[in-house]
Amino acid sequence: MTIAALTKAWQPMSYGFLDPSAKRELRRKMLKAIAVPGCQMPYASREVPMARGWGTGGLQVTLTLLKPQSVVKVIDQGADDSVNAASIRSFLSKVSGAAETWDTLAATIIQSRHRIPEERLRADQVLVLQVPNPEPLRPVEPNMSIARQMHADADYGRLWLILYEQMVRAGRIMEGAAYPALVNGRHVMTPSPIPRWDVPKLHMAQHLTFLSAGREKRLYAVPPFTRVEPLVFSDVPYQVEDHGGLTCHRSGVTGYFMNEIPQDVGSVFELSDSHLGIKAIRLSQAEGGVEGAADQIGPTWYENGVMP
Amino acid sequence: MNAMLPPQLMTTPPLLTMTGLCRRYGRVTALDDVSAMVYPGEVLGIVGESGSGKSTLLRMMNLEDTPDSGDYRLALPDLPGNLFDLDRFARRMLCATRIGIVYQNPHQGLLMKHTSSGNVAERLLIAGERSFAALRARGRVALEASEFPLDRMDARPIELSGGMQQRVQLAKAIALEPALLLLDEPTTGLDVSVQALVLDTLKRLQRDRAITMVIVSHDLGVLRTMADRVMVMRHGRVVEQGLADQVFQDPQHEYTQSLVHAKL
Amino acid sequence: MTVLQVENLGKQFQMHHLGQSLHAFDSINFTLAQGEFLLLRGPNGVGKSTLLRTLYRSYLPQEGHIWYHTTEGRIDLARAADVDIALLRRREIGFVTQFLIARPRVAAEDIVAEPLRLAGIPAAEATAQARLWLAEFGVKRDLWRAYPTTFSGGEQQKVNLARALILPQRLLLLDEPTASLDAGARAALVRRLADLKAQGVAMIGVFHHPGDVAHLIDRDIELTAKEVTEDVAV
Repeated sequence: MTIAALTKAWQPMSYGFLDPSAKRELRRKMLKAIAVPGCQMPYASREVPMARGWGTGGLQVTLTLLKPQSVVKVIDQGADDSVNAASIRSFLSKVSGAAETWDTLAATIIQSRHRIPEERLRADQVLVLQVPNPEPLRPVEPNMSIARQMHADADYGRLWLILYEQMVRAGRIMEGAAYPALVNGRHVMTPSPIPRWDVPKLHMAQHLTFLSAGREKRLYAVPPFTRVEPLVFSDVPYQVEDHGGLTCHRSGVTGYFMNEIPQDVGSVFELSDSHLGIKAIRLSQAEGGVEGAADQIGPTWYENGVMP
Repeated sequence: MNAMLPPQLMTTPPLLTMTGLCRRYGRVTALDDVSAMVYPGEVLGIVGESGSGKSTLLRMMNLEDTPDSGDYRLALPDLPGNLFDLDRFARRMLCATRIGIVYQNPHQGLLMKHTSSGNVAERLLIAGERSFAALRARGRVALEASEFPLDRMDARPIELSGGMQQRVQLAKAIALEPALLLLDEPTTGLDVSVQALVLDTLKRLQRDRAITMVIVSHDLGVLRTMADRVMVMRHGRVVEQGLADQVFQDPQHEYTQSLVHAKL
Repeated sequence: MTVLQVENLGKQFQMHHLGQSLHAFDSINFTLAQGEFLLLRGPNGVGKSTLLRTLYRSYLPQEGHIWYHTTEGRIDLARAADVDIALLRRREIGFVTQFLIARPRVAAEDIVAEPLRLAGIPAAEATAQARLWLAEFGVKRDLWRAYPTTFSGGEQQKVNLARALILPQRLLLLDEPTASLDAGARAALVRRLADLKAQGVAMIGVFHHPGDVAHLIDRDIELTAKEVTEDVAV
């Protein structure tokens, strides 16, 4: 018996890029995060071949979750085909052997920046959101150790105070993306910069959501069937973006979150969830008799522009 | 001299009872076996020079600090036992909902970059108020009671004068109708005329709402107008206590006499 | 019924900065019954006001007892707890001086009405009564809503008296209440004192011109420089 026989053969890279100890640490932190929904868990953010702030937090969680049978979808502001989304997706596939997809229904792991797909996620899917600033208390308490103490005390008065002052100044709540939400009735989290439109999708969802900030080295989770309640005054209802009545100028679909494209006169809108738009166009082409264009749109969270 | 008798006619128990408080900071003795009682509706004045321990005592009343030994009780429902035994969370809730405090330095008591009404609203939010309309209305009531001009209620304290800042602190302190209002040199550093107005507001508040107050000041004039009873502190000890008019007209202790004689 | 029983009362002021004590009075003995009016006599500086203030516990006596009889028994004002004294001052023992501690920004009628409001009388009724008494003491109607801080000494004194006498107390200590009053107000004061006496209020007073209240005086005691003589029936 030689040492060489006991040692694993040299490989240029570990499976899934991260070395096993890094993955083990991340898994532990992810389990902790599931155990205390919405509570931020610090972790040792590793180097990945991407600049901090470009989704390294999400990438590390995804790398930890991957297996060869996984099917990954990567979204950047709703689109699958942006440079960032495409390169993260191909990187994930290259280091793990997982299949790539654009289709929400086909994916097992969805890493996303700024959006949650419009089609309902299932219990067998995991959503990984990239988070730039995980600390909802940062605007009110720059000192992070005090902020952690405030979380421990559930001392969220100042967070409410910000909403109060927006109401005073503007007559409405100005918080756009990253609307603070109370998870499981205990911890307030910032749900990454997803639009207000997407926050209700997290409430009592079937799927597991991880939110991870690589630069800030924090991750937190929303387990399946967990309450996620945006902070709202009892007499000022929560309002999502006013997109329910807009129509996509390319697919003709109405009732989802749209990107506004300014024109010389006015603006037009297109679906932010780009693959939903592609599927809708293919469906209408199939109805029009174009061959090989059939596709399937799954059940969506919003129906006719409102969340049932 | 005769020793004082225990209360005979006063049948209501004291709201605040502190017994045997000792606190040392390194080699400095801040409090040396201090006891105090405050009855409901009463205004207790604490006077003494800097370093006499009067502010430390007030901080203890606000549960900001824990003594080395001593007992603190408030006769409020659901609050049995020594309050110093409460954990941080329970202390915070107690301070937010049942005790109001006005600091000498408004920076200590206020969020300077938030609106004045927001500073009041924060207290209500901590106590669980979630209706925006109610926050507005209750904030307005508290600010009005502390005679703050309502057309400025959404100005930031940093833009306000010292007297106005103290009024915001006061409004914040009384917003939840606390059982106990603590005032730490509330008028020190204000112009004399502003000082009179703030004191008048306090007096009016005391008269209208019968709030139990503890007011710490090195200014005898402030305590003469405000306090029912006065405690004189020196080197962490209580050297004399009595009815305000008695302590000021017929001070017994040498130190109190020198204080009274030094008053202009 | 006995209201007050003073036994062997003595007072010195300990002057620490002089290292000596100043003798005010000693061996004061007297008894006061309900509805009785006692006059304190003696030359200036003999300690008449000091005695009144000692009875009110503005000054702490060194020796003796001040037994105050309540329905629940007697209490020694010389040694009673501060809160008990405060309670009695709110409900039963009044002190009238020639000096008003005027509070800024409180209207004259509110100052006068305050004891009534503290006694639980509704604000409107208390104010109405306060106005009656201000009128009785000759304070002009247009001053009722004004702040007494700016009043002349005489007007301030009228507000002061109206406030002090609006509620019948059990024991009233009068420290030269007629000083700086005009004839009309003085007459009103004497009328009110007679009225209170008839209601059973016990009174001890120091007066510059005792002639004003001569018909009310039941007994007097003379304070002399060293000690007090026994009280003499008039």
